[in-house]
Amino acid sequence: MSKKPTVELKLPILKNMELVATQTAEVVSRHMELSEEKAGEISMALIEACINAFEHSEAKSEIYIHFLIDDETLTIKVIDKGKGFDSSKIKIPNIEKKLASSEPKRGWGIMLIKELMDSVDFESDHTGTTLTMVKKKNTNE
Amino acid sequence: MNKITNVEKIGSVVVISTEGYLNKDLGEEIQNAAQEHIKTGTKSFLINLERSNIVNSIGASILIELIEELQEIEGDLAFCELAPIIEKTFKIMGLTKYCKTYSSQEEAIESMS
Repeated sequence: MSKKPTVELKLPILKNMELVATQTAEVVSRHMELSEEKAGEISMALIEACINAFEHSEAKSEIYIHFLIDDETLTIKVIDKGKGFDSSKIKIPNIEKKLASSEPKRGWGIMLIKELMDSVDFESDHTGTTLTMVKKKNTNE
Repeated sequence: MNKITNVEKIGSVVVISTEGYLNKDLGEEIQNAAQEHIKTGTKSFLINLERSNIVNSIGASILIELIEELQEIEGDLAFCELAPIIEKTFKIMGLTKYCKTYSSQEEAIESMS
Protein backbone atom coordinates (compact mmCIF):
# COMPACT_ATOMS: atom_id res chain seq x y z
CA MET A 1 0.00 0.00 0.00
CA SER A 2 1.42 3.40 -0.97
CA LYS A 3 1.87 6.03 1.69
CA LYS A 4 -0.71 8.81 1.61
CA PRO A 5 0.71 12.23 0.75
CA THR A 6 1.21 14.61 3.65
CA VAL A 7 2.03 18.31 3.70
CA GLU A 8 3.58 19.70 6.88
CA LEU A 9 3.95 23.33 7.91
CA LYS A 10 5.71 24.89 10.86
CA LEU A 11 4.46 28.40 11.57
CA PRO A 12 6.02 30.94 13.90
CA ILE A 13 3.58 32.75 16.16
CA LEU A 14 3.47 35.98 14.21
CA LYS A 15 0.62 38.25 13.20
CA ASN A 16 -1.51 36.97 10.28
CA MET A 17 0.68 33.87 9.86
CA GLU A 18 -2.56 31.87 9.61
CA LEU A 19 -2.79 33.12 6.03
CA VAL A 20 0.23 30.99 5.15
CA ALA A 21 -1.78 27.99 6.26
CA THR A 22 -4.78 29.00 4.14
CA GLN A 23 -2.59 29.37 1.05
CA THR A 24 -1.34 25.83 1.55
CA ALA A 25 -4.91 24.65 2.14
CA GLU A 26 -5.95 26.19 -1.18
CA VAL A 27 -3.23 24.28 -3.03
CA VAL A 28 -4.17 21.04 -1.28
CA SER A 29 -7.87 21.62 -2.01
CA ARG A 30 -7.13 22.15 -5.70
CA HIS A 31 -4.99 19.01 -5.76
CA MET A 32 -7.91 17.06 -4.28
CA GLU A 33 -10.36 18.74 -6.67
CA LEU A 34 -12.54 19.90 -3.79
CA SER A 35 -15.35 22.32 -4.57
CA GLU A 36 -14.75 26.03 -4.03
CA GLU A 37 -17.32 25.93 -1.23
CA LYS A 38 -15.47 23.18 0.62
CA ALA A 39 -12.12 24.87 -0.01
CA GLY A 40 -13.47 28.08 1.53
CA GLU A 41 -14.81 26.20 4.53
CA ILE A 42 -11.46 24.50 5.07
CA SER A 43 -9.58 27.81 4.89
CA MET A 44 -11.97 29.48 7.33
CA ALA A 45 -11.78 26.58 9.79
CA LEU A 46 -8.01 26.59 9.51
CA ILE A 47 -7.81 30.31 10.24
CA GLU A 48 -9.80 29.78 13.43
CA ALA A 49 -7.76 26.74 14.43
CA CYS A 50 -4.50 28.67 13.96
CA ILE A 51 -5.78 31.68 15.89
CA ASN A 52 -6.82 29.40 18.75
CA ALA A 53 -3.42 27.75 18.71
CA PHE A 54 -1.67 31.15 18.62
CA GLU A 55 -3.76 32.94 21.20
CA HIS A 56 -5.34 30.44 23.52
CA SER A 57 -2.53 27.98 23.99
CA GLU A 58 -0.06 30.60 25.19
CA ALA A 59 2.44 28.63 23.16
CA LYS A 60 5.83 30.21 23.18
CA SER A 61 7.13 28.47 20.08
CA GLU A 62 5.77 27.44 16.70
CA ILE A 63 2.60 25.64 15.75
CA TYR A 64 2.57 22.67 13.38
CA ILE A 65 -0.02 21.91 10.71
CA HIS A 66 -0.26 18.56 8.97
CA PHE A 67 -2.45 18.03 5.91
CA LEU A 68 -3.12 14.31 5.42
CA ILE A 69 -4.44 13.75 1.91
CA ASP A 70 -6.59 10.72 1.17
CA ASP A 71 -8.77 9.85 -1.81
CA GLU A 72 -11.99 10.85 -0.10
CA THR A 73 -10.96 12.90 2.90
CA LEU A 74 -8.63 15.68 3.93
CA THR A 75 -7.49 15.47 7.55
CA ILE A 76 -5.83 18.54 9.06
CA LYS A 77 -4.01 18.46 12.37
CA VAL A 78 -3.14 21.74 14.10
CA ILE A 79 -0.64 21.09 16.87
CA ASP A 80 0.64 23.47 19.50
CA LYS A 81 2.90 23.03 22.51
CA GLY A 82 0.90 25.29 24.79
CA LYS A 83 -0.58 24.59 28.20
CA GLY A 84 -3.66 22.83 26.82
CA PHE A 85 -7.32 23.42 27.59
CA ASP A 86 -10.42 21.59 28.74
CA SER A 87 -12.70 21.30 25.71
CA SER A 88 -15.67 20.42 27.95
CA LYS A 89 -15.54 23.97 29.33
CA ILE A 90 -16.00 25.62 25.96
CA LYS A 91 -19.21 27.65 25.93
CA ILE A 92 -21.37 27.70 22.82
CA PRO A 93 -21.55 31.38 21.84
CA ASN A 94 -24.87 33.03 21.14
CA ILE A 95 -25.17 36.42 19.48
CA GLU A 96 -28.41 37.29 21.28
CA LYS A 97 -26.73 36.80 24.66
CA LYS A 98 -23.64 38.69 23.56
CA LEU A 99 -25.68 41.66 22.34
CA ALA A 100 -27.80 41.79 25.46
CA SER A 101 -24.89 41.87 27.90
CA SER A 102 -21.38 43.05 28.55
CA GLU A 103 -20.20 39.54 27.63
CA PRO A 104 -17.09 39.61 25.40
CA LYS A 105 -18.09 39.47 21.75
CA ARG A 106 -15.30 37.01 20.88
CA GLY A 107 -15.20 33.24 21.37
CA TRP A 108 -16.57 31.89 18.09
CA GLY A 109 -13.60 29.85 16.85
CA ILE A 110 -14.50 26.33 17.97
CA MET A 111 -18.14 26.74 16.96
CA LEU A 112 -17.12 27.86 13.48
CA ILE A 113 -14.67 24.99 13.08
CA LYS A 114 -17.35 22.47 14.09
CA GLU A 115 -19.90 24.00 11.73
CA LEU A 116 -17.54 24.17 8.77
CA MET A 117 -15.83 20.77 8.99
CA ASP A 118 -17.26 17.24 8.87
CA SER A 119 -15.62 16.14 12.11
CA VAL A 120 -13.50 17.79 14.79
CA ASP A 121 -11.59 16.26 17.67
CA PHE A 122 -9.28 17.60 20.39
CA GLU A 123 -6.50 15.96 22.31
CA SER A 124 -5.17 18.29 24.96
CA ASP A 125 -3.02 18.10 28.06
CA HIS A 126 -0.49 20.27 29.84
CA THR A 127 2.06 19.68 27.06
CA GLY A 128 -0.11 20.93 24.24
CA THR A 129 -3.13 20.49 22.05
CA THR A 130 -3.78 18.65 18.80
CA LEU A 131 -6.91 19.65 16.95
CA THR A 132 -7.87 17.17 14.23
CA MET A 133 -10.46 18.18 11.68
CA VAL A 134 -11.71 16.28 8.67
CA LYS A 135 -13.38 17.35 5.44
CA LYS A 136 -14.96 14.71 3.25
CA LYS A 137 -14.57 15.20 -0.47
CA ASN A 138 -17.99 14.17 -1.66
CA THR A 139 -20.40 14.35 1.23
CA ASN A 140 -22.64 17.37 1.40
CA GLU A 141 -24.00 18.57 4.73
CA MET B 1 -2.76 44.63 2.47
CA ASN B 2 -5.96 44.97 4.45
CA LYS B 3 -7.47 48.41 4.73
CA ILE B 4 -10.46 50.65 4.19
CA THR B 5 -10.34 51.80 0.58
CA ASN B 6 -13.21 54.27 0.64
CA VAL B 7 -15.72 55.91 2.96
CA GLU B 8 -18.51 57.90 1.35
CA LYS B 9 -21.95 59.10 2.26
CA ILE B 10 -24.63 58.29 -0.29
CA GLY B 11 -27.89 59.87 0.77
CA SER B 12 -28.34 58.90 4.40
CA VAL B 13 -26.06 55.85 4.18
CA VAL B 14 -22.34 55.79 4.90
CA VAL B 15 -20.65 53.19 2.73
CA ILE B 16 -17.38 51.74 4.02
CA SER B 17 -15.45 49.74 1.40
CA THR B 18 -12.60 47.45 2.33
CA GLU B 19 -9.80 45.44 0.82
CA GLY B 20 -8.07 42.31 2.14
CA TYR B 21 -8.28 40.22 5.29
CA LEU B 22 -11.07 41.26 7.65
CA ASN B 23 -9.14 40.62 10.84
CA LYS B 24 -8.94 42.49 14.16
CA ASP B 25 -7.09 45.45 12.62
CA LEU B 26 -9.50 45.96 9.76
CA GLY B 27 -12.49 45.35 12.04
CA GLU B 28 -11.26 48.12 14.33
CA GLU B 29 -10.68 50.43 11.36
CA ILE B 30 -14.27 49.88 10.24
CA GLN B 31 -15.55 50.45 13.78
CA ASN B 32 -13.55 53.68 14.13
CA ALA B 33 -14.70 54.97 10.75
CA ALA B 34 -18.33 54.24 11.65
CA GLN B 35 -17.98 55.86 15.07
CA GLU B 36 -16.76 59.08 13.47
CA HIS B 37 -19.96 59.24 11.43
CA ILE B 38 -22.17 58.18 14.35
CA LYS B 39 -20.87 61.26 16.20
CA THR B 40 -22.22 63.46 13.41
CA GLY B 41 -25.62 61.79 13.33
CA THR B 42 -25.35 58.99 10.76
CA LYS B 43 -27.37 55.90 11.65
CA SER B 44 -27.18 53.75 8.52
CA PHE B 45 -24.01 51.98 7.48
CA LEU B 46 -23.22 49.69 4.59
CA ILE B 47 -19.98 47.72 4.51
CA ASN B 48 -18.92 46.76 1.00
CA LEU B 49 -16.72 43.66 1.23
CA GLU B 50 -16.31 43.11 -2.51
CA ARG B 51 -12.51 43.16 -2.18
CA SER B 52 -12.31 41.28 1.12
CA ASN B 53 -12.68 37.57 0.55
CA ILE B 54 -11.40 36.28 3.87
CA VAL B 55 -12.39 36.99 7.45
CA ASN B 56 -11.66 35.76 10.94
CA SER B 57 -13.96 35.59 13.94
CA ILE B 58 -12.13 38.37 15.75
CA GLY B 59 -12.81 40.82 12.92
CA ALA B 60 -16.42 39.65 12.79
CA SER B 61 -16.71 40.05 16.59
CA ILE B 62 -15.79 43.71 16.26
CA LEU B 63 -18.67 44.08 13.82
CA ILE B 64 -20.94 42.64 16.56
CA GLU B 65 -19.72 45.47 18.79
CA LEU B 66 -20.69 47.90 16.03
CA ILE B 67 -24.15 46.29 15.76
CA GLU B 68 -24.54 46.82 19.51
CA GLU B 69 -23.52 50.48 19.22
CA LEU B 70 -26.00 51.01 16.39
CA GLN B 71 -28.82 49.30 18.29
CA GLU B 72 -28.41 51.95 20.99
CA ILE B 73 -29.19 54.71 18.48
CA GLU B 74 -31.71 52.66 16.47
CA GLY B 75 -29.31 52.56 13.58
CA ASP B 76 -28.64 49.79 11.13
CA LEU B 77 -25.74 47.96 9.56
CA ALA B 78 -25.77 46.05 6.28
CA PHE B 79 -23.26 44.26 4.08
CA CYS B 80 -22.91 43.88 0.34
CA GLU B 81 -20.83 41.90 -2.15
CA LEU B 82 -20.01 39.15 0.36
CA ALA B 83 -17.81 36.23 -0.66
CA PRO B 84 -19.77 32.99 -0.05
CA ILE B 85 -17.56 31.89 2.85
CA ILE B 86 -17.90 35.28 4.57
CA GLU B 87 -21.67 35.15 4.17
CA LYS B 88 -21.68 31.63 5.60
CA THR B 89 -19.48 32.70 8.52
CA PHE B 90 -21.71 35.67 9.31
CA LYS B 91 -24.74 33.38 9.13
CA ILE B 92 -23.22 30.83 11.54
CA MET B 93 -22.33 33.62 13.97
CA GLY B 94 -25.78 35.16 13.69
CA LEU B 95 -24.78 38.53 12.23
CA THR B 96 -27.24 38.08 9.39
CA LYS B 97 -30.10 38.06 11.92
CA TYR B 98 -29.26 41.68 12.64
CA CYS B 99 -27.78 42.88 9.35
CA LYS B 100 -29.20 42.60 5.86
CA THR B 101 -26.95 41.40 3.08
CA TYR B 102 -27.16 42.57 -0.51
CA SER B 103 -25.58 41.27 -3.67
CA SER B 104 -24.62 44.75 -4.87
CA GLN B 105 -23.99 48.21 -3.44
CA GLU B 106 -26.63 49.70 -5.72
CA GLU B 107 -29.27 47.28 -4.48
CA ALA B 108 -28.31 48.02 -0.89
CA ILE B 109 -28.43 51.80 -1.28
CA GLU B 110 -31.80 51.62 -3.00
CA SER B 111 -33.21 49.50 -0.18
CA MET B 112 -31.63 51.45 2.69
CA SER B 113 -32.38 54.98 1.46
